[in-house]
Amino acid sequence: MDFQEALAAVFTFDNYAELLPLVRNSLLAGAVLGLLGGLIGVFVMMRDLAFAVHGIAELSFAGAAFALLVGANVVAGSLVGSVLAALVLGLMGIRARDRNSIIGVVMPFGLGLGILFLSLYEGRAANKFGLLTGQIVSVDDVQLGLLVGSAVVVIVVLAAIWRPLTFASADADLAEARGVPVRGLSILFMVLLGVAVALSIQVVGALLVLSLLITPAAAALKLTAAPGRVVVLSVAFACVSVVGGILLALGGRVPISPYVTTISFAIYLACRLIASRRVTGTAGRRTVSASARGSGVSPTPST
Amino acid sequence: MRGAPLSFAPTTDWKSPMASTNPGPAAPPKQAAVRPAVSLRGAGLSFGTRTLWQGLDVDIMPGEFLAVLGPNGSGKTSLLKVLLGLQALDEGTALLDGRPVARGSRALGYIPQQKSFPPETPLRARDLVGLGVDGHRWGVRWRTQGYTERVDALLEDVGARSYADTPVGLLSGGEQQRLRAAQALAADPAVLLCDEPLLSLDLHHQQAVSALINRQSHERNSAVVFVTHEINPVIDYVDRVLYLADGRFRVGAPSEVMTSEVLSDLYRSPVEVLESNGRIVVVGLPDATTHHHEVV
Ligand SMILES: Nc1ncnc2c1ncn2[C@@H]1O[C@H](COP(=O)(O)OP(=O)(O)OP(=O)(O)O)[C@@H](O)[C@H]1O
Ligand SMILES: [Mg+2]
Repeated sequence: MDFQEALAAVFTFDNYAELLPLVRNSLLAGAVLGLLGGLIGVFVMMRDLAFAVHGIAELSFAGAAFALLVGANVVAGSLVGSVLAALVLGLMGIRARDRNSIIGVVMPFGLGLGILFLSLYEGRAANKFGLLTGQIVSVDDVQLGLLVGSAVVVIVVLAAIWRPLTFASADADLAEARGVPVRGLSILFMVLLGVAVALSIQVVGALLVLSLLITPAAAALKLTAAPGRVVVLSVAFACVSVVGGILLALGGRVPISPYVTTISFAIYLACRLIASRRVTGTAGRRTVSASARGSGVSPTPST
Repeated sequence: MRGAPLSFAPTTDWKSPMASTNPGPAAPPKQAAVRPAVSLRGAGLSFGTRTLWQGLDVDIMPGEFLAVLGPNGSGKTSLLKVLLGLQALDEGTALLDGRPVARGSRALGYIPQQKSFPPETPLRARDLVGLGVDGHRWGVRWRTQGYTERVDALLEDVGARSYADTPVGLLSGGEQQRLRAAQALAADPAVLLCDEPLLSLDLHHQQAVSALINRQSHERNSAVVFVTHEINPVIDYVDRVLYLADGRFRVGAPSEVMTSEVLSDLYRSPVEVLESNGRIVVVGLPDATTHHHEVV
């Protein structure tokens, strides 16, 4: 495959207008998952759970692979795997250090199981690959209903526990002193996280879940510490990544996850750049404007 | 006024006899007007073979300011943990407003011994204080009118208006500590537990924060437990001192406890307490008095 062909595989916009209605469901699902990922991500960052997300994703993959092997519902398998993993983490490792070592031990085991199940599976190869790299190409109405329904439930519960969860995540000791049920919230949040991971796997696959649940929130945190703004930005970044990824992937032959992860990574880079300029901004405003005047270049990043 | 479940309002005006309003002989005699906000009875705590303190009997009344002193490792923080319900006693009982301590309570305010936030915590100074106002409530905050005013007033109290919108992770230790104080006062707690709240504050803010805690105690009628290594910044406010050392303790008015005899007895070695200009200076403290850590 020469470069021209590769490019055509990645970016093709022939028949775009005809293709678009076909992915209406995918776009909807993507937007909802972006909303979910952006919201959950804020707490994942606050609670330092990035590694846990990765671990849960691998076990979710194992669950999905098992479901594929025995001919059960793949989404259900993925859900069972990740919620189980999240619950175990929530019940066992309260402190980040313990938790990380547990994840480090369990994650390869889950991944190994998943690979075993996949190699025993004799169906379509695309199904196998999809679990790891995402498969939100043709979402039918039933799937869409299931996905959106689960996401809405998670979002509603998250909204209900939003304030005490923020308190518990920012300062567990103090929240506990004030009578906030810190431990219960922590376990409940892990369950929500498990569901969110299982849903996100349907879009970006087990390997790339972090791009939906971590990167947008991490990017938002680079720009602001105001909680409201963090949430809005994180959700916006996640939605732009997923929906943008689906739109770009439409004509090509490549799965959508590379598009999603690339957009989300680009947003993160841009935010880092803006943040680093802002840090030097107050102290070095004079220098910045002086050099801008000197070179005749505007100091705004051109991304 | 107080949203807390504990009620410290006197049930009876005990100065006037009840006879005139008493409906009949069946009405039982009412109890003493004010019951202790905190009550420790025969309380003891040990870790392994090491006894931090035992036989601790202390009642702290609403509106009372109790200073807890003692060397490092004497169990001051552990005492607060007991009252917070985060540490079980080995013997004796601990009551909050007549009820056994539970794991945390709306009636408690707590300023923890200094610790800081990671740099990327998505909270500004005002949000941290806000958690003290309504962080325990369910749901998302919708109406912000009264909330914002309350937070602004609290920030003003601790001199934090100038950094109200700065991310907490970027603030200095003393600046964060002042926010902790504002956060603890936010809920107008019936019992306020302070673990070295003046640590790393400059002199000016030491005075401001101690005056604030004093007001909470003596004007708003909160029982204050104030752990400190330095009694002088709060000497004018302290009603009683609890001095812990070497597995033993002494409680009483500052003038009774902060004497050469009492401290020499507690430390089992000669200690001299000097007073000058209303300041107390303790000379000759033995080092590492209570550190009987097992050698491994
Ligand atoms: N959970 C625990 N398990 C074992 N030992 C503990 C535990 N908690 C506290 N200790 C020990 O109890 C002793 C008292 O600790 P505490 O934190 O109460 O001291 P402190 O009086 O607050 O000291 P400082 O002035 O340094 O703050 C310490 O030696 C500590 O090591
Ligand atoms: Mg201490």
